[in-house]
Amino acid sequence: MPAIQAPVRPPQPPQPPPQTWDDHRIEVILGNLLRGGVLLSAAIVLWGACIYLSRHAHEPADYRIFRGEPSEYRTIHGVIESVMNGRGRGLIQLGLLFLIATPIARVGFSIVGFALERDRMYVIFTLIVLAILLYSLLGSGLGG
Amino acid sequence: MTIPEFTAVVAIVSFVAGLLGSLTGLGGGVVLVPLLTIFFHVDIRYAIGASLVSVIATSSGAAASYVKEGFSNIRIGMFLEIATTFGALLGAFLATRIPTSALAIIFGAVLLYSAYLSRKPRPPAQRNLPADALATRLRLNGSFPDLGGERSYNVQHVPTGFSLMFGAGALSGLLGIGSGAVKVLAMDQAMRIPFKVSTTTSNFMIGVTAAASAGVYLSRGYVDPGLSMPVMLGVLGGSLLGSRILVKAETKSLRLVFSVVILVLGLQMLYNGLWGKI
Repeated sequence: MPAIQAPVRPPQPPQPPPQTWDDHRIEVILGNLLRGGVLLSAAIVLWGACIYLSRHAHEPADYRIFRGEPSEYRTIHGVIESVMNGRGRGLIQLGLLFLIATPIARVGFSIVGFALERDRMYVIFTLIVLAILLYSLLGSGLGG
Repeated sequence: MTIPEFTAVVAIVSFVAGLLGSLTGLGGGVVLVPLLTIFFHVDIRYAIGASLVSVIATSSGAAASYVKEGFSNIRIGMFLEIATTFGALLGAFLATRIPTSALAIIFGAVLLYSAYLSRKPRPPAQRNLPADALATRLRLNGSFPDLGGERSYNVQHVPTGFSLMFGAGALSGLLGIGSGAVKVLAMDQAMRIPFKVSTTTSNFMIGVTAAASAGVYLSRGYVDPGLSMPVMLGVLGGSLLGSRILVKAETKSLRLVFSVVILVLGLQMLYNGLWGKI
């Protein structure tokens, strides 16, 4: 009795591994996001620095006594207004706001990543971290 | 000094601090505040605000190169960030309440402790620890690429690590530093996470932790654009250069030099704080 032969399959081209939302892939995307955010904010700070330094070239620098910043550099609204008025320090402050927003954006995107992995526990953990961050940014008077 | 001169000198000092901090793994933020207060006579509150901003920049800037290596554990990071961000918020509120001389004394103590930690030999890593029930439920255990393929690890002592992280966050918010040394202590020593995983995960957490207190600092007027600009750009440039030449540099003697610098600055901060000079 002849041995039953398995049907011979035509040779298949090698398939790429299926793309899944694993931790590492999410991490790489988020890492690039962070670097982009930092470079963007550094560029804005540098631009503001050029305006600031050209306008205050002969004034003395003095940080001995703490006075606290005026409200135009302490609130999001004030920063945007001083940028509109073409102020260099306003632009620097805008760049710094972008910088602070970068890790917050990463936490926000991590929620999406964990949701795609259907990891409910970590979606909740990440939401807690995001809530603390948003409270710091908006609840401390910066939003005014 | 005029504003352009001051900006240039602060930018150069920050660049060197960022470079050395990145090469030695001890962080640049920890020396910036004492340098600014002792040598540039900057009020410690402005110095802390500027340092905090630079900490976010270095952490986020280096993140992309760290994650490609596959060491960092996003779950450990996110879980512990609950503790660090909460601590950072508390630290930032405390910083606006306590006198600057007390800030200087705490800062001095942290510097001395960092110098001590950087000289202390690390005990050899223990392998094949049993799985901890809580760590398993929280899905913290992971693996990383090692010489002989993927090596898995089991996280230990989750409550201890979580509490230490709360302290690390509070120090970060109080002093405007990344407090990477305490974070690595919590992960490497208490939770028994492999050193490489601890350092890269800690780097990720530093930026998020600092962002939690940065909002408070900015809204209280501690972040001066004229001072933060050269500090942030300098530290960022220095640390990006440092992460590129890290492989080639001889870091052992560099680490010794840097830890002596930290020790001296720590003593100076303690002296200034105790004698009310800050």
